[in-house]
Amino acid sequence: MVYEAQQGHPGGDFSAADILATLYFGVMRFDPRKPNDPGRDRFVMSKGHCSGAFYAALAAAGYFPEDELKTYMEPLSKLNGHPNRNYLPGVETNTGPLGHGLPVATGIAIAGQLDNADFRTFVLTGDGELQEGSNWECALTAAHRKLENLTLIVDRNRLQQGARTEDTATLDPLDEKWRAFGWHVEMVDGHDHAQLLDVLSAPAKGRGKPLCVIANTFKGKGVSFMHDNVSWHHGVPNKEQYEQAMAELV
Amino acid sequence: MSAVEQTTDELFDCRESFAQTIEALAAEDPRIVTVVSDSVGSSKLGGFRTKFPDRMVNVGIAEQTLVAVGAGLANGGKVPFVSAASCFITGRAMEQVKADIAYSNVNVKLIGQSSGVAYGELGPTHHSIEDLAWLRLFNNMKLIVPADPWQTSEAIRAAAAHDGPVFVRISRMKVPALERSADARFEIGSAETLVEGDDATIIANGTMVHRAVAAARLLADEGIATRVVNMATVNPLDEAAIAAAADTGAIVTLEEHSVRGGLGGAVAELVATTNPVPMRILGFPGFVPTGSAEFLFDHFGLNPAGIADAVRQTVARKR
Repeated sequence: MVYEAQQGHPGGDFSAADILATLYFGVMRFDPRKPNDPGRDRFVMSKGHCSGAFYAALAAAGYFPEDELKTYMEPLSKLNGHPNRNYLPGVETNTGPLGHGLPVATGIAIAGQLDNADFRTFVLTGDGELQEGSNWECALTAAHRKLENLTLIVDRNRLQQGARTEDTATLDPLDEKWRAFGWHVEMVDGHDHAQLLDVLSAPAKGRGKPLCVIANTFKGKGVSFMHDNVSWHHGVPNKEQYEQAMAELV
Repeated sequence: MSAVEQTTDELFDCRESFAQTIEALAAEDPRIVTVVSDSVGSSKLGGFRTKFPDRMVNVGIAEQTLVAVGAGLANGGKVPFVSAASCFITGRAMEQVKADIAYSNVNVKLIGQSSGVAYGELGPTHHSIEDLAWLRLFNNMKLIVPADPWQTSEAIRAAAAHDGPVFVRISRMKVPALERSADARFEIGSAETLVEGDDATIIANGTMVHRAVAAARLLADEGIATRVVNMATVNPLDEAAIAAAADTGAIVTLEEHSVRGGLGGAVAELVATTNPVPMRILGFPGFVPTGSAEFLFDHFGLNPAGIADAVRQTVARKR
């Protein structure tokens, strides 16, 4: 998709891919034929720039034909560079600017709490994204309301657009920060489906707190020359690189 | 001259109308919830909290969360009325208003309280004379600036009935109840003519409408028949009413807002590209000096005498 569009954010797509696969094919309750079903589990892609991975997951989950992925970012495509709920089923809110997903997901979770509904709300943020203050004001609200139906997954690939997170605005100790804000925290290998499945499928009822899963990942996972390499935040492969990447991924 | 006369001197705080209406609507529609940022008192929502304690979400002093939580609640099937001081719900949370509400096109009602210069001496940080200019850029967001208690109540009902984003701009400045015929109705996008006249038109909204009516009375005494149009909806505009205003040959707009980009700007964009006629835009030039709201209105000529002067000058430029 990124190769054909000649633009995108492949590094973060690959760090998020295993998380998305686990959510859509092992954790969440949804029916792609009823994208507005009030009882569906919700997923909010806060790191909207990684729309490539998100669209691939939605297509694989049956929200739209996989063929449509070829139109990624083409003129008038439904697959905008950042997801738009009015174009595509399965997109809950329009994201792109960072720090928007968690507060919206919190609102969804509050709606579920008010109705005593049993759906869960999942939100995936980048780690650099946690430098946005909106996440932290919202962290207070979610903990205050004991939103056990809310799960935040942090794609902790330790790289942001320009450099390592720890060389830009230190996030560590990230788990302690979330605990201090009143969240239940789990740390997992974000490329290990069994570990992800374990923490994401654990019963939310009775936890009494929102859940933060810090998923340790690598930007560009699965492609040797992109692996943990900051230049692939929004790099685009040439033909040779594309072929090598596809060979390594298969 | 007039179909509208003030029958009493009683003045009303439109926040009370908002609060009574939202309580009545909530009793009818279980989907309605309110969302506040420690802004219960300033939104006059104490009664709502007492009656519907589980249907008020107070996120704390956190406007970005305030607006985004509104978007999330709409996703979860609620009809949220998100209420806070207009200066903060817009300026502080503008990207959430843009991306989470307008661009996502969700069914959220934003209530901007104590707009304009209502906070007077507290100064421009707390004034909200930029809000309409900012929000007018979101083409799918309905913008309503009611002029009195009846219209506030009608605007809240219309907002609840509309499926999509709406911003209602409410003042804490007390205003008289405008007299209307018994069959008066409010509809989003429809202006109302409060005073008939063919020599010039004042297009006003919000707290300025009753002042426009008073100015028209002064002008009638000297033979300038001035129409007063209450343009309560700034988006979408009532284009027919503006075209008819242009036919009077002179337009003065009047709002408790900056002269840049608000009602005046909206009217000017349309008039300039359809039927250009002499215009004046009355409002505030920018950040204002220290003073009460009443002082600021007088200081910037937003009183009947100042408005009448502007009409006379504009009529003198008629072609």
